[in-house]
Amino acid sequence: MDSIPMNVSGHFNYWVAIFLMMTGFYVVISRGNLIKKLIGLNLFSTSVFILYISLGKIHGATAPIASETFHLYSNPLPHVLILTAIVVGVATTAVGLALTARIYEQYGTIEEDEIRIKDESL
Amino acid sequence: MELFIDITLLTFLCITALAITVIRKLFCAVMLAGIFSLLSACLFVSMDAVDVAFTEAAVGTGIATVLMLAALNLSHSREKCPPYQPLLALLVVCTTGAVLVYGTMDLPAFGDATAPIHHHVAPRYIEQSQQEIGPPNFVTSILASYRGYDTLAETVVIFTAGLSVVALLGIRDRRGGQSITTDRSAMKGYLVLRVVTKLLLPFIFLFALYVQFHGDYGPGGGFQAGVIFASGVIIHSLTLGRDRTLKAFPQRFLTILATAGVLLYGGTGLAAMVRGGNFLDYSVLGATALAGQHLGIFLVELGVGVTVFASMTLMYYAFSYRKEA
Repeated sequence: MDSIPMNVSGHFNYWVAIFLMMTGFYVVISRGNLIKKLIGLNLFSTSVFILYISLGKIHGATAPIASETFHLYSNPLPHVLILTAIVVGVATTAVGLALTARIYEQYGTIEEDEIRIKDESL
Repeated sequence: MELFIDITLLTFLCITALAITVIRKLFCAVMLAGIFSLLSACLFVSMDAVDVAFTEAAVGTGIATVLMLAALNLSHSREKCPPYQPLLALLVVCTTGAVLVYGTMDLPAFGDATAPIHHHVAPRYIEQSQQEIGPPNFVTSILASYRGYDTLAETVVIFTAGLSVVALLGIRDRRGGQSITTDRSAMKGYLVLRVVTKLLLPFIFLFALYVQFHGDYGPGGGFQAGVIFASGVIIHSLTLGRDRTLKAFPQRFLTILATAGVLLYGGTGLAAMVRGGNFLDYSVLGATALAGQHLGIFLVELGVGVTVFASMTLMYYAFSYRKEA
């Protein structure tokens, strides 16, 4: 249906969002530091938000607030879903950080492998 | 021009994300994460999602960064080198990414007005929400009325998260300890900061109230207002000392506020049931359907704002008051 260059410009946003997602994913699975993992998780979720908002965009449209002069609006539904997801995301991050702080108090470290060594030596 | 901004912001986002992966100092990583979310907020504006951008700027850049820094303060600020080579992780990530990119081949092109997502329920929200619900901001109509159930659940999630953080870390009130004049957490030496904070605080709170009550007509609403209000309290605590903040906004008061917000939201739903409608169907609350919707959205947004403000502030208290208790 469409040629290759058309496809590239039409999917560029999605691919960059996926690249960012995978960067976050990589930080989560390859780093041992618990706070770094949480930063990676945040990176991952923000990239998912970018993907969702990209899907709701319409060329030549404006922000979804009713107006006399504009009649084409971007899709407001992804905006609603992501708006609440952002706040829920920070709430879960806060719980994760609280757990990390408690782990540090108990183990004296927030490195995954050091925690494992201490667990096995018990 | 729009494409140029889009590509520039996405490039910056990629650079920031790669820098976060490489850097070992956690403090830098946290600051870079803040930059990442500020850049994504700019990207959201360019993609017409003004409400989302507002939330991301207030929550991702503001509150999340502050909480991360507070958690760093409670632990190490340097990441150790992992003892193994992360080749396997790289392989997993590349495979997942490739599968996802393959999946996007079926997606409609970016900005395509004929995409299925724009022809399902969205046209109804855009064409009829003004007659059915009222507010010119479609996002507010959907958030508070059409999808009120989701928002209620998310408010409960935030309330629960606030409770969990307090349960995990606890907030120790130093009664009869140091007096206010010897509070070490106050920035005594920074006269400019203290004066500017005092001057700015009324405007921060006023702006939060504007965002809360103007959410029907422009970008904004309970979520953003609650976070802005909480950031005002955080500035107060950082510059004037925790004892004065605890005096102005006691923990007990905030706990009651957080609960009251959720109850206000649920109570609005129940009130609609008592008046003969469905749960969270605000049309029966007023003389006309539109008046009822207006009142319902007002109460629900207020409940959201109060809960978000109280929960975020409680989380901040829990993190920042733990060390020197």
